[in-house]
Amino acid sequence: MEENKTTPAPTPEVLQREISLILEDFKKDRENLIPILHRVAERFGYISSQALYEITAQTSIPVAEVFSVATFYRMLPTQERGRHVILFCESLPCHVVGGRELFHALQSELQLEPGQTSPDNRWTLLTTSCLGVCDFGPVISIDGNIHGNLTPESLPEVLSKYQ
Amino acid sequence: MKTVRSMVLVSHDEKSKASSSQEVIDAFNQAIKDFGLVDEVAVATIPEIGTIRTLPLVVIYPEASIYAPVRPEDVPFLVEEHLYKGREVPALKVKDPDTMRKAAWLTQRKGSLPAESRIVLRNVGKIDPESIDEFFAYEGGQAFATALQMTPELVVQVIKESGLRGRGGAGFPAGIKWDAVRKAPGKKKYVICNADESEPGTFKDRVIMEGDPFSILEAMLIAAYAVGADEGYIYIRGEYQLALERVQKAIQQAREYGVLGKNIFGSGFDFDIHIHAGAGAYICGEETALLESIEGGRGEPRVKPPYPTTHGLWGKPTLINNVETFANIPPIILNGSDWFRSYGTPSSPGTKVYTILGNVNNKGLIEVPMGITLREVINIYGKGLKQGQFKFAQTGGSSGSIIPASLQDTPMDFDSYSKMGVSLGSGALLICDDSNCIVDAVRVLTRFFQVECCGKCVPCRVGTDQTWKILTEISEGRGKMEDIAHLEWLCSGMEGLSNCGLGQTAGTPIRNMLDHFRAELDAHIKLGVCPTGICPMK
Repeated sequence: MEENKTTPAPTPEVLQREISLILEDFKKDRENLIPILHRVAERFGYISSQALYEITAQTSIPVAEVFSVATFYRMLPTQERGRHVILFCESLPCHVVGGRELFHALQSELQLEPGQTSPDNRWTLLTTSCLGVCDFGPVISIDGNIHGNLTPESLPEVLSKYQ
Repeated sequence: MKTVRSMVLVSHDEKSKASSSQEVIDAFNQAIKDFGLVDEVAVATIPEIGTIRTLPLVVIYPEASIYAPVRPEDVPFLVEEHLYKGREVPALKVKDPDTMRKAAWLTQRKGSLPAESRIVLRNVGKIDPESIDEFFAYEGGQAFATALQMTPELVVQVIKESGLRGRGGAGFPAGIKWDAVRKAPGKKKYVICNADESEPGTFKDRVIMEGDPFSILEAMLIAAYAVGADEGYIYIRGEYQLALERVQKAIQQAREYGVLGKNIFGSGFDFDIHIHAGAGAYICGEETALLESIEGGRGEPRVKPPYPTTHGLWGKPTLINNVETFANIPPIILNGSDWFRSYGTPSSPGTKVYTILGNVNNKGLIEVPMGITLREVINIYGKGLKQGQFKFAQTGGSSGSIIPASLQDTPMDFDSYSKMGVSLGSGALLICDDSNCIVDAVRVLTRFFQVECCGKCVPCRVGTDQTWKILTEISEGRGKMEDIAHLEWLCSGMEGLSNCGLGQTAGTPIRNMLDHFRAELDAHIKLGVCPTGICPMK
């Protein structure tokens, strides 16, 4: 929870070394591309374009293919994000049990539109489809931790846990 | 959970309250105490009973006897006769034929409770999901051992005869799929478990994987033996961290015990399972998109035919079933197809796991025989609405239908629902009360499709975006009457021309709205008013 995801951009040497370390665990074929991208995103917080080129250089999977796969999946971020990533579930089961009101509260609390990162780099606000914990709706996920049964009143306390 | 011998349901809607239903409930509690039956009999209320004249109405399970009208002074005698001595009281039973017809839904369920029948969830919450030893202690592995004594043809035959239909949403008969893969030419075949559960409101597969991962492995072993596969994949949604860990552990333990690997139980049969974690894309639940994703590409659905049964993973014949479908397999093999057919309806045998959500008092997961009704779900399992009247339900996530209140007595099985022009979907039941606006709900559903569309084919990419924009305009008070014709045109385009199920069903909520809630939509456009006050209507 406390980890700081925004480290300064890694130097090309670091990127090369870290990615080759990750690739040691995989066969370098297309079948493993998604797991490889998962690991790279985990290591650096997101998959930079330099990282995409580095994967291509070390696996000989065309960069167009690496790029098209990385940008297809929601869990493979290709943009830099804030220290804490909020996923707000905007699907109907959460929407009808208070999600509508919660989203207004969340937006006015953070002063962010979906997709934006706050100037102090503390928050990135994203919307997502159903997270599969609908019996606790409305639900948000912060850095992968699920917070359910939220109300506009209980929201500030949850947010205050993430600095 | 406390098990009781009998259950008393007392109607407790506004009209019953006016006919002193609260006194009846109090009298039941008192009489049950007087006869010392507190541990054996439970009393519950029916908060909404429909248009029944003779109230208050009392149902006593397991006999499902209906008594109405019941006055508080009748209760001690009723408890003494029915619950204490065990004989019905004909004098108090409902006589009004109209009531008998309207309350018929209450008597469909017989059992110790208006009860769940757990087949799929048989081990969930009972065994330690991280211990294969406990799984074995609860008959685990016996179905696979039984299957090994049978020929593969016979295994497929049993599944066919059981009438099991796929639980992922489409309801395709599982036995026919198995047969097609078994007969497909080629030596190398795959068995895949589709655990990329992303339909909004659906989390049954997560609960099965988190509670009983071994049964899925056992079912995949049986399937692999039946169709002649030696390799399998479980494609688990990336967001389901706990399920991923549990299944990983289960596979590890199964390998250590030699249940997965080479020459299993000395039978000469080899099978191993890999896990593939999804990366956040709804469309990967579509079976051919799932195959693309396992192969390491963008999860874009392929053009069908050819179907995965002949050209699946890396072009080889592949059997893909949903988690819940697989969870049904071991009990069917153990108990036979006739036993399975004793649950549910003739065309949709077995049980169905539903997630009950929305504006009800009791949210959660139930497993009940196919063919129960929405009214029953809301009132008995959902314990009634929190407030207001039932307005509509949304089934099976986003590709399900919007069921108006008028269809709440239709049995929920594949065929009855398709006759009514609605679909059962993947088993989510989102119950919405009359404080919800239909335009707002449909806009949110359409937004889901707009976000999750993979972008491969034009009708879906353009259609989902256009419909969402039009609905947003309407909900903000800028709708025009010609928008309705435009919506219809876009829906028929998406239905007829899209490549995969996402686009083909993306128009369903809009169509349901046009069919059943036209007046409310018109109010938004013609009068510039949202009757529920939900839409911003700037």
